[in-house]
Amino acid sequence: MHNSGISIWFFIGVLLTIYGALIFGYGLYELATGHTANVVLANLHAPVWWGATLLALGLFYSLRFRPKRNDS
Amino acid sequence: MLFLGMVMMPFYYVCKTHSVPGYLKLRFGQGASIVAAFSFAFMTVLMSGVNMFAMAEVMKVVLGWNLNFSIIVSSLAVAAYVALGGLRSAIFNEVLQFMLIWGGALLVPILGLVEAGGWTGLKAKIARNIATGAIPAGDYTHMWRSMGHFADNPMGIHWTGIVFGLGFAISFGYWTTDFLVVQRVMAANSLRSARMAPVIGSFFKMAVPFIVILPGLLGLVVLQNSDGSLMKLVGENVVAANPGAGLHSYNEVLPLMLVRYCSPGLLGLGITALIAGFMSGMAGNVSAFSAVWTYDIYRPLINKSARDEHYVTVGRWATILGVVISIFAAYMVMNAKGIMDYVQALFSFFISPLLGAVLMGMFWKGATKAGGFWGLLIGTLTSISLFIWVKIDPSALRYVALSPDAKDMAENMYRALWSVSVSVIVIFVVSLFGTPRPVAELNGLVYGATKLPKEDPVPYYKNEYFWMVLAIACFLALNIYFW
Repeated sequence: MHNSGISIWFFIGVLLTIYGALIFGYGLYELATGHTANVVLANLHAPVWWGATLLALGLFYSLRFRPKRNDS
Repeated sequence: MLFLGMVMMPFYYVCKTHSVPGYLKLRFGQGASIVAAFSFAFMTVLMSGVNMFAMAEVMKVVLGWNLNFSIIVSSLAVAAYVALGGLRSAIFNEVLQFMLIWGGALLVPILGLVEAGGWTGLKAKIARNIATGAIPAGDYTHMWRSMGHFADNPMGIHWTGIVFGLGFAISFGYWTTDFLVVQRVMAANSLRSARMAPVIGSFFKMAVPFIVILPGLLGLVVLQNSDGSLMKLVGENVVAANPGAGLHSYNEVLPLMLVRYCSPGLLGLGITALIAGFMSGMAGNVSAFSAVWTYDIYRPLINKSARDEHYVTVGRWATILGVVISIFAAYMVMNAKGIMDYVQALFSFFISPLLGAVLMGMFWKGATKAGGFWGLLIGTLTSISLFIWVKIDPSALRYVALSPDAKDMAENMYRALWSVSVSVIVIFVVSLFGTPRPVAELNGLVYGATKLPKEDPVPYYKNEYFWMVLAIACFLALNIYFW
């Protein structure tokens, strides 16, 4: 899927970065304020580590497959 | 998938067909192609209804939306992007949705296993719930141990039904002849890529039970009602028969688990993952319907010599038509016992006879045009007739599924097996009375008559045979572990 000049992996990276940042941010807010959502296993702070994983993956793909200026 | 990648893909790729009816037209002529096209068109829109219904279920459970409203919203979204973008946009979206599905749904089994105390804890809790009568007795954590007799497992099936019915007639058929799958691989830029795609896909396929079956098992032990009692899951028909009773169906397990574990943000991702999965299934089916309707039904039967622009317009209208029929199909699924029953019944009608015709066409030079047509037609009619027979007289199940202890799901598997067997036998017998096409005409269509393109050598980690061996090893290991 390179025909448009931008790799699909770049879009995947951007998508994961946005989701990761939002979830990680919310997880940090929960940690900082202690206002945890009313869900089972809230003590594990899944939004922090899952959000961080998605963010790291997203950043990796966004940078690794970023569109280059001389791409035709 | 490995068979598709390693054995069948070269034929599909070399003959550059756009659909299975397209392949059958090249191999058996117009007759078989038209039968396959109608059967495939029916199947895609009926399958699309499954995705639409499942998506509406998620919106109902998680967002509290009305089921009818959810169906309308989902259909409009898919109609818009498939009609405007076509196959390319459908594939592009599917890749993005694939990542979302894993990113969103994988957390559920991980947290579920933590709550249940790991795999060992889950097994212990299931055993405890069986002992207290909270869930029906059965071997929930092994695949083959309880398949020795129809009466030993909740599906009421024998291992022959699983191996030959589900494993061969249905699954093998789906992965090798459903162009929803094959059409995507055909978009690859080389034969090696086209072969690698299903081989790599097989690893993800082996991992799918982790996000589909495992949450179901976890649901048996962790899901609770608001009063703290264990939630008893029932069939969709029981929920429909008792509105207001607060019952939940098996179909709702994954969204219920999401609500249980996921806080804001994660819940949004999880819902997006589920909706993305269903939407991608729907878009794939609708775009496949549009392609088959335009190229394999409209062009040969209704308008043979129009301009390309005309066919593009017809394709777009076919997309809208496909979505509208899918809406009706979604309401049909609502009245079925469960999504799985409905899907397997559809596969036994449309996929199994097609498998018989494609295999005979691809691997036997002696198969004739008439053989292909009659085999496919009679195979399909056999399956539908067996379904109607059991509907009219439920006691006929013992003959179709070969045992008085067989249950509904066993019927689907054995019906599929009957269908593929009849299809193969009819093709063989009819072909014996006809004259096969000369071998020279079968180049690119039949094994043994086709010169396959040579591929340049690549390092082992880019070689499809290396990954195939690895996939087989994983498959065997999983089967032995969960025996």
